[in-house]
Amino acid sequence: MWNSSFYDYLATECPNLLPQSGVNQNEINLSSNLINREALKNIPHGTTVLALKYKDGVIIAGDRRATEGYQISARRVEKVYRCDDYSAIAISGAAGACIEMAKLLQVELEHYEKLEGVPLTTEGKANKLSQMIKGNLPFAMQGMIVIPIFAGYDLKREEGRIYKYDVTGGRYEETDYYATGSGGKDARSTLKKFFSTGMSEEKAIQLALESLYDASEEDVGTAGPDIVRGIYPTVKVIKNTGIEDVDMASIESVYKRLIAEKQKSSKKEK
Amino acid sequence: MPLPYYVSPEQMMQDKAEYAQKGISKGRSTIVIEYVDGILFFADNPSLSLNKISEVYDRIAFAGAGKYSEFESLRKAGIRHADLKGYAYSREDVTAKSLANAYSQSLGTMFSQELKPLEVEILVAEVHEGQGMNEIYRILYDGNICDEKGYTVIGGKSEAIKIYLKDKYKANMPIEEAIKLSVEALETGVNIKLTKENMEVAVLDRKRNGRKFRRIRIDELTAFLG
Repeated sequence: MWNSSFYDYLATECPNLLPQSGVNQNEINLSSNLINREALKNIPHGTTVLALKYKDGVIIAGDRRATEGYQISARRVEKVYRCDDYSAIAISGAAGACIEMAKLLQVELEHYEKLEGVPLTTEGKANKLSQMIKGNLPFAMQGMIVIPIFAGYDLKREEGRIYKYDVTGGRYEETDYYATGSGGKDARSTLKKFFSTGMSEEKAIQLALESLYDASEEDVGTAGPDIVRGIYPTVKVIKNTGIEDVDMASIESVYKRLIAEKQKSSKKEK
Repeated sequence: MPLPYYVSPEQMMQDKAEYAQKGISKGRSTIVIEYVDGILFFADNPSLSLNKISEVYDRIAFAGAGKYSEFESLRKAGIRHADLKGYAYSREDVTAKSLANAYSQSLGTMFSQELKPLEVEILVAEVHEGQGMNEIYRILYDGNICDEKGYTVIGGKSEAIKIYLKDKYKANMPIEEAIKLSVEALETGVNIKLTKENMEVAVLDRKRNGRKFRRIRIDELTAFLG
Protein backbone atom coordinates (compact mmCIF):
# COMPACT_ATOMS: atom_id res chain seq x y z
CA MET A 1 0.00 0.00 0.00
CA TRP A 2 1.21 3.51 -0.78
CA ASN A 3 1.59 6.37 1.64
CA SER A 4 0.17 9.82 1.04
CA SER A 5 2.95 10.95 -1.29
CA PHE A 6 2.22 11.48 -4.96
CA TYR A 7 5.95 11.39 -5.68
CA ASP A 8 6.28 7.91 -4.14
CA TYR A 9 3.16 6.80 -6.00
CA LEU A 10 4.68 7.91 -9.30
CA ALA A 11 7.97 6.22 -8.44
CA THR A 12 6.28 2.83 -7.96
CA GLU A 13 3.41 3.04 -10.46
CA CYS A 14 4.64 5.26 -13.30
CA PRO A 15 8.39 5.82 -12.95
CA ASN A 16 8.42 7.06 -16.55
CA LEU A 17 6.62 10.21 -15.37
CA LEU A 18 9.29 11.17 -12.82
CA PRO A 19 11.53 14.11 -13.76
CA GLN A 20 14.72 12.03 -13.77
CA SER A 21 13.28 9.23 -15.90
CA GLY A 22 15.22 10.35 -19.00
CA VAL A 23 18.59 9.68 -17.42
CA ASN A 24 20.46 6.56 -18.39
CA GLN A 25 21.84 5.32 -15.07
CA ASN A 26 24.57 3.14 -16.67
CA GLU A 27 25.99 6.01 -18.61
CA ILE A 28 26.37 8.07 -15.47
CA ASN A 29 28.11 5.31 -13.57
CA LEU A 30 30.62 4.66 -16.36
CA SER A 31 32.04 8.07 -16.95
CA SER A 32 30.31 10.37 -14.53
CA ASN A 33 33.14 12.76 -13.74
CA LEU A 34 34.20 13.31 -17.32
CA ILE A 35 30.89 14.30 -18.86
CA ASN A 36 29.67 16.20 -15.97
CA ARG A 37 32.39 18.72 -15.35
CA GLU A 38 32.10 19.79 -18.98
CA ALA A 39 28.31 19.74 -18.93
CA LEU A 40 28.13 21.79 -15.76
CA LYS A 41 30.14 24.61 -17.30
CA ASN A 42 27.71 25.06 -20.14
CA ILE A 43 24.32 24.82 -18.49
CA PRO A 44 22.15 27.91 -18.62
CA HIS A 45 21.90 29.12 -15.07
CA GLY A 46 20.67 32.62 -15.71
CA THR A 47 18.12 33.83 -13.21
CA THR A 48 17.66 35.81 -10.08
CA VAL A 49 15.06 34.67 -7.60
CA LEU A 50 14.77 35.87 -4.03
CA ALA A 51 12.69 35.74 -0.87
CA LEU A 52 12.62 38.02 2.14
CA LYS A 53 10.66 38.11 5.35
CA TYR A 54 8.61 41.12 6.40
CA LYS A 55 6.26 42.10 9.19
CA ASP A 56 3.31 39.87 8.20
CA GLY A 57 4.99 37.05 6.30
CA VAL A 58 7.26 36.56 3.36
CA ILE A 59 7.76 37.99 -0.15
CA ILE A 60 9.02 35.83 -2.99
CA ALA A 61 10.06 37.24 -6.36
CA GLY A 62 11.94 36.46 -9.55
CA ASP A 63 12.92 37.95 -12.89
CA ARG A 64 11.44 36.68 -16.17
CA ARG A 65 14.37 35.93 -18.45
CA ALA A 66 15.44 32.54 -19.79
CA THR A 67 18.75 32.20 -21.61
CA GLU A 68 20.39 29.67 -23.91
CA GLY A 69 24.10 30.40 -23.88
CA TYR A 70 24.42 34.05 -24.93
CA GLN A 71 20.92 34.16 -26.41
CA ILE A 72 17.74 35.19 -24.67
CA SER A 73 15.36 32.27 -25.20
CA ALA A 74 12.30 33.73 -23.49
CA ARG A 75 11.28 37.03 -21.93
CA ARG A 76 8.15 36.05 -20.08
CA VAL A 77 9.19 32.95 -18.18
CA GLU A 78 7.49 32.39 -14.85
CA LYS A 79 9.96 31.43 -12.13
CA VAL A 80 7.81 31.88 -9.05
CA TYR A 81 5.08 29.26 -8.62
CA ARG A 82 2.31 29.06 -6.09
CA CYS A 83 2.48 25.63 -4.40
CA ASP A 84 -0.64 25.92 -2.26
CA ASP A 85 -2.46 28.62 -0.26
CA TYR A 86 0.52 29.21 2.05
CA SER A 87 3.65 28.45 0.08
CA ALA A 88 5.52 29.14 -3.13
CA ILE A 89 8.63 27.96 -4.91
CA ALA A 90 11.04 30.09 -6.94
CA ILE A 91 13.29 28.17 -9.28
CA SER A 92 16.76 28.58 -10.68
CA GLY A 93 18.67 26.15 -12.85
CA ALA A 94 17.83 24.25 -16.02
CA ALA A 95 14.38 25.48 -17.06
CA GLY A 96 12.75 22.20 -18.07
CA ALA A 97 13.76 20.29 -14.96
CA CYS A 98 12.87 23.26 -12.74
CA ILE A 99 9.37 23.74 -14.11
CA GLU A 100 8.68 20.02 -13.91
CA MET A 101 9.77 19.94 -10.28
CA ALA A 102 7.62 22.94 -9.39
CA LYS A 103 4.62 21.28 -11.02
CA LEU A 104 5.31 18.00 -9.24
CA LEU A 105 5.58 19.78 -5.90
CA GLN A 106 2.20 21.47 -6.45
CA VAL A 107 0.54 18.11 -7.12
CA GLU A 108 2.42 16.53 -4.21
CA LEU A 109 1.12 19.08 -1.69
CA GLU A 110 -2.44 19.02 -2.98
CA HIS A 111 -2.40 15.21 -3.08
CA TYR A 112 -1.30 14.98 0.53
CA GLU A 113 -3.88 17.52 1.62
CA LYS A 114 -6.70 15.63 -0.08
CA LEU A 115 -5.68 12.18 1.15
CA GLU A 116 -4.97 13.19 4.73
CA GLY A 117 -7.60 15.90 5.08
CA VAL A 118 -5.03 18.37 6.45
CA PRO A 119 -2.22 20.22 4.67
CA LEU A 120 1.45 19.48 5.40
CA THR A 121 3.31 21.78 7.80
CA THR A 122 5.71 24.30 6.26
CA GLU A 123 8.63 22.21 7.49
CA GLY A 124 7.05 19.10 5.95
CA LYS A 125 6.64 20.78 2.57
CA ALA A 126 10.23 22.03 2.59
CA ASN A 127 11.47 18.58 3.55
CA LYS A 128 9.52 16.89 0.74
CA LEU A 129 11.09 19.30 -1.75
CA SER A 130 14.47 18.36 -0.34
CA GLN A 131 13.83 14.69 -1.13
CA MET A 132 12.71 15.56 -4.64
CA ILE A 133 15.91 17.51 -5.30
CA LYS A 134 17.91 14.61 -3.94
CA GLY A 135 16.05 12.29 -6.33
CA ASN A 136 17.10 14.60 -9.13
CA LEU A 137 20.82 14.16 -8.35
CA PRO A 138 21.62 11.82 -11.28
CA PHE A 139 19.97 14.35 -13.57
CA ALA A 140 21.85 17.22 -11.89
CA MET A 141 25.15 15.41 -12.50
CA GLN A 142 24.38 15.70 -16.20
CA GLY A 143 23.83 19.39 -15.90
CA MET A 144 20.09 19.50 -15.25
CA ILE A 145 20.45 21.33 -11.97
CA VAL A 146 17.46 22.48 -9.94
CA ILE A 147 18.14 24.92 -7.11
CA PRO A 148 14.94 26.45 -5.76
CA ILE A 149 14.00 28.74 -2.92
CA PHE A 150 10.99 27.64 -0.94
CA ALA A 151 8.98 30.20 1.02
CA GLY A 152 5.92 29.67 3.13
CA TYR A 153 3.81 31.11 5.89
CA ASP A 154 3.92 28.94 9.00
CA LEU A 155 0.43 29.09 10.51
CA LYS A 156 1.59 27.60 13.82
CA ARG A 157 4.53 29.94 14.34
CA GLU A 158 2.69 32.82 12.67
CA GLU A 159 5.66 33.89 10.57
CA GLY A 160 7.12 33.57 7.10
CA ARG A 161 9.86 30.98 6.52
CA ILE A 162 12.52 30.72 3.82
CA TYR A 163 14.49 27.64 2.77
CA LYS A 164 17.41 27.37 0.38
CA TYR A 165 18.76 24.15 -1.13
CA ASP A 166 21.89 22.69 -2.65
CA VAL A 167 22.17 20.18 -5.52
CA THR A 168 22.16 17.17 -3.20
CA GLY A 169 18.90 18.21 -1.60
CA GLY A 170 20.57 19.84 1.40
CA ARG A 171 18.04 22.15 3.04
CA TYR A 172 19.00 25.24 4.98
CA GLU A 173 16.59 27.63 6.63
CA GLU A 174 17.33 31.34 6.25
CA THR A 175 16.39 33.76 8.98
CA ASP A 176 15.82 36.97 6.98
CA TYR A 177 16.30 36.77 3.22
CA TYR A 178 17.96 34.82 0.44
CA ALA A 179 18.59 35.14 -3.30
CA THR A 180 19.94 32.61 -5.76
CA GLY A 181 20.62 32.15 -9.49
CA SER A 182 23.34 33.75 -11.57
CA GLY A 183 22.42 37.19 -10.22
CA GLY A 184 21.76 35.93 -6.72
CA LYS A 185 24.97 37.31 -5.29
CA ASP A 186 24.21 40.80 -6.58
CA ALA A 187 20.65 40.70 -5.30
CA ARG A 188 21.92 39.52 -1.93
CA SER A 189 24.23 42.55 -1.70
CA THR A 190 21.27 44.90 -2.04
CA LEU A 191 19.17 42.85 0.36
CA LYS A 192 22.01 42.78 2.87
CA LYS A 193 22.40 46.51 2.75
CA PHE A 194 18.76 47.53 3.04
CA PHE A 195 17.05 44.67 4.85
CA SER A 196 15.65 45.31 8.29
CA THR A 197 13.48 43.12 10.47
CA GLY A 198 9.76 43.91 10.55
CA MET A 199 9.53 45.92 7.31
CA SER A 200 6.11 46.90 5.97
CA GLU A 201 4.71 45.03 2.98
CA GLU A 202 5.19 48.03 0.71
CA LYS A 203 8.83 48.52 1.76
CA ALA A 204 9.59 44.83 1.39
CA ILE A 205 8.12 44.69 -2.13
CA GLN A 206 10.18 47.76 -3.05
CA LEU A 207 13.34 46.15 -1.71
CA ALA A 208 12.65 42.92 -3.60
CA LEU A 209 12.19 44.85 -6.85
CA GLU A 210 15.26 47.00 -6.30
CA SER A 211 17.37 43.93 -5.56
CA LEU A 212 16.23 42.35 -8.83
CA TYR A 213 17.02 45.59 -10.63
CA ASP A 214 20.54 45.66 -9.20
CA ALA A 215 21.06 42.03 -10.15
CA SER A 216 19.95 42.77 -13.72
CA GLU A 217 22.55 45.54 -13.96
CA GLU A 218 25.38 43.16 -13.08
CA ASP A 219 24.22 39.82 -14.49
CA VAL A 220 23.50 39.05 -18.16
CA GLY A 221 21.20 36.19 -17.20
CA THR A 222 18.79 38.42 -15.31
CA ALA A 223 16.28 40.75 -16.92
CA GLY A 224 15.52 44.21 -15.62
CA PRO A 225 12.13 45.87 -15.97
CA ASP A 226 11.16 45.78 -19.66
CA ILE A 227 9.22 49.02 -20.00
CA VAL A 228 8.85 48.74 -23.77
CA ARG A 229 7.04 45.40 -23.63
CA GLY A 230 5.60 45.93 -20.17
CA ILE A 231 7.27 42.82 -18.72
CA TYR A 232 8.14 43.06 -15.03
CA PRO A 233 9.36 40.58 -12.41
CA THR A 234 6.78 38.45 -10.62
CA VAL A 235 6.21 39.05 -6.93
CA LYS A 236 4.04 37.03 -4.57
CA VAL A 237 3.15 37.84 -0.97
CA ILE A 238 2.46 35.04 1.51
CA LYS A 239 0.82 35.91 4.83
CA ASN A 240 -1.79 34.55 7.22
CA THR A 241 -4.63 35.22 4.76
CA GLY A 242 -2.89 33.15 2.08
CA ILE A 243 -0.84 33.79 -1.00
CA GLU A 244 -1.50 36.61 -3.45
CA ASP A 245 0.13 38.04 -6.56
CA VAL A 246 1.31 41.64 -6.47
CA ASP A 247 -0.44 43.17 -9.47
CA MET A 248 1.58 44.30 -12.47
CA ALA A 249 0.40 47.91 -12.25
CA SER A 250 1.89 48.45 -8.79
CA ILE A 251 5.14 46.72 -9.75
CA GLU A 252 5.29 48.98 -12.79
CA SER A 253 4.80 52.11 -10.70
CA VAL A 254 7.54 51.06 -8.25
CA TYR A 255 9.95 50.63 -11.17
CA LYS A 256 8.96 53.90 -12.82
CA ARG A 257 9.71 55.73 -9.59
CA LEU A 258 12.99 53.88 -9.14
CA ILE A 259 14.10 54.65 -12.69
CA ALA A 260 13.13 58.33 -12.34
CA GLU A 261 15.25 58.59 -9.18
CA LYS A 262 18.19 56.94 -10.91
CA GLN A 263 17.89 59.28 -13.89
CA LYS A 264 17.84 62.27 -11.56
CA SER A 265 20.98 61.17 -9.71
CA SER A 266 22.87 60.34 -12.91
CA LYS A 267 22.07 63.82 -14.30
CA LYS A 268 23.53 65.36 -11.16
CA GLU A 269 26.74 63.42 -11.74
CA LYS A 270 27.15 65.00 -15.17
CA MET B 1 -13.55 -38.38 -1.97
CA PRO B 2 -16.12 -35.73 -0.93
CA LEU B 3 -17.67 -33.81 -3.80
CA PRO B 4 -17.38 -30.03 -3.68
CA TYR B 5 -20.74 -28.33 -3.09
CA TYR B 6 -22.41 -26.98 -6.19
CA VAL B 7 -23.80 -23.46 -5.93
CA SER B 8 -25.45 -21.97 -9.01
CA PRO B 9 -24.02 -18.65 -10.23
CA GLU B 10 -27.41 -16.98 -9.78
CA GLN B 11 -27.55 -18.09 -6.17
CA MET B 12 -23.99 -16.92 -5.54
CA MET B 13 -24.62 -13.46 -6.97
CA GLN B 14 -27.86 -13.12 -5.08
CA ASP B 15 -26.19 -14.07 -1.82
CA LYS B 16 -23.41 -11.58 -2.39
CA ALA B 17 -25.86 -8.82 -3.27
CA GLU B 18 -27.92 -9.50 -0.16
CA TYR B 19 -24.79 -9.47 1.96
CA ALA B 20 -23.69 -6.11 0.52
CA GLN B 21 -27.13 -4.53 0.81
CA LYS B 22 -27.39 -5.64 4.41
CA GLY B 23 -24.07 -3.99 5.20
CA ILE B 24 -25.03 -0.73 3.47
CA SER B 25 -28.48 -0.54 5.04
CA LYS B 26 -26.91 -0.46 8.50
CA GLY B 27 -25.10 2.81 7.70
CA ARG B 28 -26.30 6.41 7.72
CA SER B 29 -27.23 8.31 4.57
CA THR B 30 -25.69 11.05 2.46
CA ILE B 31 -27.64 13.42 0.21
CA VAL B 32 -26.31 15.09 -2.89
CA ILE B 33 -28.41 17.92 -4.24
CA GLU B 34 -27.93 20.52 -6.97
CA TYR B 35 -28.40 24.14 -5.93
CA VAL B 36 -28.08 27.42 -7.75
CA ASP B 37 -24.27 27.76 -7.56
CA GLY B 38 -23.32 24.11 -7.80
CA ILE B 39 -23.71 20.86 -5.90
CA LEU B 40 -24.31 20.39 -2.17
CA PHE B 41 -23.22 17.29 -0.22
CA PHE B 42 -24.94 16.60 3.07
CA ALA B 43 -23.99 13.64 5.26
CA ASP B 44 -25.35 12.46 8.56
CA ASN B 45 -22.01 11.82 10.22
CA PRO B 46 -21.34 11.74 13.97
CA SER B 47 -17.58 11.95 13.51
CA LEU B 48 -15.74 15.21 12.92
CA SER B 49 -12.61 13.58 11.56
CA LEU B 50 -13.75 10.47 9.71
CA ASN B 51 -15.20 12.10 6.63
CA LYS B 52 -17.77 10.69 4.24
CA ILE B 53 -17.39 13.53 1.77
CA SER B 54 -14.13 14.46 0.11
CA GLU B 55 -12.54 16.59 -2.55
CA VAL B 56 -11.13 14.61 -5.46
CA TYR B 57 -10.08 17.21 -7.99
CA ASP B 58 -10.74 20.79 -9.10
CA ARG B 59 -14.41 20.27 -9.97
CA ILE B 60 -14.97 16.75 -8.63
CA ALA B 61 -16.00 15.45 -5.23
CA PHE B 62 -16.67 12.04 -3.71
CA ALA B 63 -19.14 10.73 -1.15
CA GLY B 64 -19.23 7.25 0.31
CA ALA B 65 -21.71 5.24 2.35
CA GLY B 66 -21.46 1.83 3.94
CA LYS B 67 -18.28 0.42 5.42
CA TYR B 68 -15.84 3.24 6.18
CA SER B 69 -12.61 1.32 5.60
CA GLU B 70 -13.85 0.17 2.20
CA PHE B 71 -15.06 3.47 0.77
CA GLU B 72 -12.03 5.22 2.27
CA SER B 73 -9.69 3.09 0.18
CA LEU B 74 -11.87 3.75 -2.87
CA ARG B 75 -11.67 7.48 -2.13
CA LYS B 76 -7.88 7.36 -1.97
CA ALA B 77 -7.69 5.35 -5.19
CA GLY B 78 -9.89 7.98 -6.84
CA ILE B 79 -7.63 10.84 -5.76
CA ARG B 80 -4.60 8.94 -7.07
CA HIS B 81 -6.37 8.29 -10.37
CA ALA B 82 -7.31 11.96 -10.73
CA ASP B 83 -3.96 13.43 -9.68
CA LEU B 84 -2.05 11.06 -11.93
CA LYS B 85 -4.24 11.90 -14.91
CA GLY B 86 -4.02 15.63 -14.26
CA TYR B 87 -0.23 15.43 -13.90
CA ALA B 88 0.32 13.34 -17.01
CA TYR B 89 -2.10 15.34 -19.18
CA SER B 90 -3.79 18.54 -18.08
CA ARG B 91 -6.10 19.58 -15.23
CA GLU B 92 -9.05 19.90 -17.64
CA ASP B 93 -8.66 16.29 -18.73
CA VAL B 94 -9.72 14.94 -15.35
CA THR B 95 -13.43 14.14 -15.57
CA ALA B 96 -16.03 12.61 -13.28
CA LYS B 97 -17.14 10.34 -16.08
CA SER B 98 -13.78 8.63 -16.39
CA LEU B 99 -13.47 8.38 -12.62
CA ALA B 100 -16.96 6.91 -12.26
CA ASN B 101 -16.16 4.38 -14.97
CA ALA B 102 -12.97 3.36 -13.21
CA TYR B 103 -14.93 2.89 -9.95
CA SER B 104 -17.59 0.92 -11.75
CA GLN B 105 -15.00 -1.37 -13.29
CA SER B 106 -13.17 -2.12 -10.09
CA LEU B 107 -16.35 -2.58 -8.00
CA GLY B 108 -17.76 -4.86 -10.71
CA THR B 109 -14.63 -6.98 -10.78
CA MET B 110 -14.50 -7.25 -7.00
CA PHE B 111 -18.17 -8.20 -6.82
CA SER B 112 -17.82 -11.08 -9.24
CA GLN B 113 -14.37 -12.33 -8.32
CA GLU B 114 -13.86 -11.80 -4.61
CA LEU B 115 -15.50 -13.95 -1.97
CA LYS B 116 -16.76 -10.91 -0.07
CA PRO B 117 -18.25 -7.98 -2.03
CA LEU B 118 -17.60 -4.42 -0.90
CA GLU B 119 -20.39 -3.07 1.33
CA VAL B 120 -20.36 0.39 -0.20
CA GLU B 121 -22.31 2.81 -2.31
CA ILE B 122 -20.45 5.81 -3.69
CA LEU B 123 -21.11 9.07 -5.48
CA VAL B 124 -18.93 11.03 -7.85
CA ALA B 125 -20.08 14.51 -8.83
CA GLU B 126 -18.61 17.18 -11.07
CA VAL B 127 -19.75 20.79 -11.17
CA HIS B 128 -19.91 22.58 -14.55
CA GLU B 129 -20.28 26.20 -15.55
CA GLY B 130 -23.82 26.08 -16.88
CA GLN B 131 -26.97 25.27 -14.91
CA GLY B 132 -28.15 21.73 -15.51
CA MET B 133 -24.76 20.69 -16.88
CA ASN B 134 -23.56 19.08 -13.64
CA GLU B 135 -22.77 15.38 -13.56
CA ILE B 136 -23.71 13.10 -10.68
CA TYR B 137 -22.92 9.39 -10.79
CA ARG B 138 -24.05 6.87 -8.21
CA ILE B 139 -22.10 3.61 -8.21
CA LEU B 140 -23.38 0.52 -6.42
CA TYR B 141 -21.53 -2.30 -4.67
CA ASP B 142 -21.73 -4.48 -7.81
CA GLY B 143 -20.37 -1.83 -10.17
CA ASN B 144 -23.77 -0.71 -11.41
CA ILE B 145 -23.59 2.92 -12.37
CA CYS B 146 -26.49 5.41 -12.48
CA ASP B 147 -26.45 8.90 -13.96
CA GLU B 148 -28.48 11.12 -11.61
CA LYS B 149 -30.02 14.56 -12.07
CA GLY B 150 -31.06 17.09 -9.44
CA TYR B 151 -30.61 15.04 -6.30
CA THR B 152 -29.75 11.56 -5.11
CA VAL B 153 -29.17 9.68 -1.87
CA ILE B 154 -26.81 6.90 -0.84
CA GLY B 155 -26.65 4.79 2.30
CA GLY B 156 -29.05 3.16 4.74
CA LYS B 157 -32.44 4.78 4.29
CA SER B 158 -31.88 6.13 0.82
CA GLU B 159 -35.27 5.11 -0.63
CA ALA B 160 -37.33 6.84 2.07
CA ILE B 161 -35.26 10.02 1.77
CA LYS B 162 -35.53 9.99 -2.03
CA ILE B 163 -39.31 9.80 -1.81
CA TYR B 164 -39.32 12.87 0.44
CA LEU B 165 -36.98 14.78 -1.90
CA LYS B 166 -39.01 13.83 -4.96
CA ASP B 167 -41.88 16.08 -3.84
CA LYS B 168 -39.89 18.89 -2.33
CA TYR B 169 -36.94 19.34 -4.70
CA LYS B 170 -36.91 22.48 -6.86
CA ALA B 171 -34.26 23.45 -9.40
CA ASN B 172 -31.99 26.47 -8.68
CA MET B 173 -32.54 26.65 -4.93
CA PRO B 174 -30.29 28.99 -2.96
CA ILE B 175 -27.85 27.26 -0.62
CA GLU B 176 -29.84 27.90 2.59
CA GLU B 177 -32.89 26.24 1.10
CA ALA B 178 -30.88 23.25 -0.14
CA ILE B 179 -29.37 22.78 3.32
CA LYS B 180 -32.75 23.10 5.05
CA LEU B 181 -34.32 20.64 2.64
CA SER B 182 -31.50 18.15 3.25
CA VAL B 183 -31.98 18.37 7.02
CA GLU B 184 -35.76 17.86 6.67
CA ALA B 185 -35.30 14.97 4.27
CA LEU B 186 -32.83 13.17 6.52
CA GLU B 187 -34.89 13.78 9.66
CA THR B 188 -38.16 12.65 8.07
CA GLY B 189 -36.65 9.75 6.12
CA VAL B 190 -34.74 8.27 9.02
CA ASN B 191 -36.96 9.61 11.78
CA ILE B 192 -34.19 11.13 13.89
CA LYS B 193 -33.25 14.59 15.13
CA LEU B 194 -30.01 15.90 13.62
CA THR B 195 -27.66 18.11 15.61
CA LYS B 196 -25.20 20.43 13.88
CA GLU B 197 -22.31 18.35 15.21
CA ASN B 198 -23.72 15.43 13.25
CA MET B 199 -23.81 17.25 9.94
CA GLU B 200 -20.99 17.00 7.45
CA VAL B 201 -21.66 19.53 4.71
CA ALA B 202 -19.60 20.52 1.68
CA VAL B 203 -20.18 22.15 -1.68
CA LEU B 204 -18.77 22.20 -5.17
CA ASP B 205 -19.24 25.90 -5.77
CA ARG B 206 -18.80 26.97 -9.40
CA LYS B 207 -18.21 30.57 -8.32
CA ARG B 208 -14.92 29.70 -6.63
CA ASN B 209 -11.61 30.08 -8.42
CA GLY B 210 -9.50 26.98 -8.98
CA ARG B 211 -10.54 24.23 -6.60
CA LYS B 212 -14.34 24.33 -6.32
CA PHE B 213 -14.66 22.09 -3.25
CA ARG B 214 -15.29 23.71 0.10
CA ARG B 215 -16.44 22.41 3.45
CA ILE B 216 -19.18 24.38 5.20
CA ARG B 217 -18.05 25.13 8.75
CA ILE B 218 -20.30 24.69 11.73
CA ASP B 219 -20.67 28.45 12.32
CA GLU B 220 -21.77 28.93 8.70
CA LEU B 221 -24.28 26.11 9.15
CA THR B 222 -25.68 27.89 12.19
CA ALA B 223 -26.10 31.02 10.09
CA PHE B 224 -27.80 29.13 7.26
CA LEU B 225 -30.15 27.16 9.49
CA GLY B 226 -31.02 30.06 11.72
